[in-house]
Amino acid sequence: MNFTLKIWRQKDAKSHGAFETYQVKDISPDTSFLEMMDILNNDLIHAGKEPVAFDHDCREGICGMCSLHINGHAHGPEQAVTTCQIYMRKFRDGQTIVIEPWRSAAFPVIRDLVVDRGAYDKILQAGGFISVRTNSVPDGNAIPIPKKDADESMDAAACVGCGACAATCKNGSAMLFVAARVSSLAKLPQGRVEGARRAKAMVAKMDELGFGNCTNTGACQAECPKSISIAHIARLNREFLSAKFED
Amino acid sequence: MSCFLTNSSLGKKLVMSLTGCFLVLFILFHMSMNITVLFSPEAYNAVCEFLGANWYALAGTVVLVAGVAIHFIYALILTVDNYRARGKQRYAMTVKEKGVEWASKNMLVLGYIIVAGLALHLIHFWSKMQLVEVLESNFFSPEIDGATVAVHPANGAMLVAYTFSKWYNVVIYLVWFAALWFHLTHGVWSMCQSVGWANDTWYPRLKCLAKIVATIVFLGFAVVAVMTWINSADIMAQVAHWAPAA
Repeated sequence: MNFTLKIWRQKDAKSHGAFETYQVKDISPDTSFLEMMDILNNDLIHAGKEPVAFDHDCREGICGMCSLHINGHAHGPEQAVTTCQIYMRKFRDGQTIVIEPWRSAAFPVIRDLVVDRGAYDKILQAGGFISVRTNSVPDGNAIPIPKKDADESMDAAACVGCGACAATCKNGSAMLFVAARVSSLAKLPQGRVEGARRAKAMVAKMDELGFGNCTNTGACQAECPKSISIAHIARLNREFLSAKFED
Repeated sequence: MSCFLTNSSLGKKLVMSLTGCFLVLFILFHMSMNITVLFSPEAYNAVCEFLGANWYALAGTVVLVAGVAIHFIYALILTVDNYRARGKQRYAMTVKEKGVEWASKNMLVLGYIIVAGLALHLIHFWSKMQLVEVLESNFFSPEIDGATVAVHPANGAMLVAYTFSKWYNVVIYLVWFAALWFHLTHGVWSMCQSVGWANDTWYPRLKCLAKIVATIVFLGFAVVAVMTWINSADIMAQVAHWAPAA
């Protein structure tokens, strides 16, 4: 398969970027999207040109490092997968593919397609944890947790913190990420204890870092590679408002 | 606590939700009141008289103005915040995400249409009714069929019939109601989400409820505009010289 790639190139955070067009040829349909990018970079290096910088790590869809806005979609045209899990067979032979970095004021571009997602780490540091030591894995039945609660918690915990929610949201809102963290801990007895403090601290940090406000469009859940539901945002709203009214 | 309503993203959304809820309730009340004119212009005028320049009606007006103003100003503040958060560099290519409704991304534009319609509506009615009573100014006196008719401020039926006797007003109002329909299809379920009263089981129900409320509001207002356009001559003849009982 052959493709025309329009890729955002930007030397560093302070430079102005622009799209550059590249051709990749003889790509197997079973090549993953990131492998296709590797092939492009290989060709660029052999031609004595600068390779395209992009984030990646596990390439198994669980680390949250890969990003990329592909043809108007965060993580590409397929639902519920990260960029590393997209294969070139999902594109048409000869198709032009537009590849952009995440666009959000809180995610500044560092180079080419790499953005600084440190803002999410700062939100986590503000409250996305349990303060007490939990030691080693306890006996499975030591603390009974209703199946429904455990399932909801796990659904939220599937968040890999990739940033697709804020990158997709027209308001640059990180609400789905914050909601997933708050919700996954709030549904478990160990996390419940600090629920109010956590919700307030994480929302305050999110606002401070310049993320936008949620207007309930639902674009985040549509583009989330882990299909995290905006029902978790409703829970965050409940957690936050009840914590504020208890103050 | 006072500050989280002004400086927190979720606090601001709570204010949008509560003022929105209040405005939906007012709109439902207004719609119910309007429908009276289809059955009895005199009964409608009795309601208009009840809601004239009395202290409770004026207090209600002040609360209503505050509701609209807060909802609108907060919408502007949130939009500016969101525009900044999106950053200067925009995507070269965007698509419609699956399941995302058009109205949800265009609430401010719909809001502008609604506010513009509201301004026109206040000129058409409020300025010739409650405002005339408050300022004790001259009655609105249009020329109808060559004769000047002084319309009593509580003669709402006459004003409705006079306004909708002009077809272009009917069209403008229908566009206004349509914008309101779109605004409510997102706004009604969204206000539940913003206060946390939603989950995956309830989203389809809430979205269905929002469409039902929006459609009731649209039809309730539209039927009055269209029916009074059709019957404008009859209604005007019936209440042209109406005045409240002393």
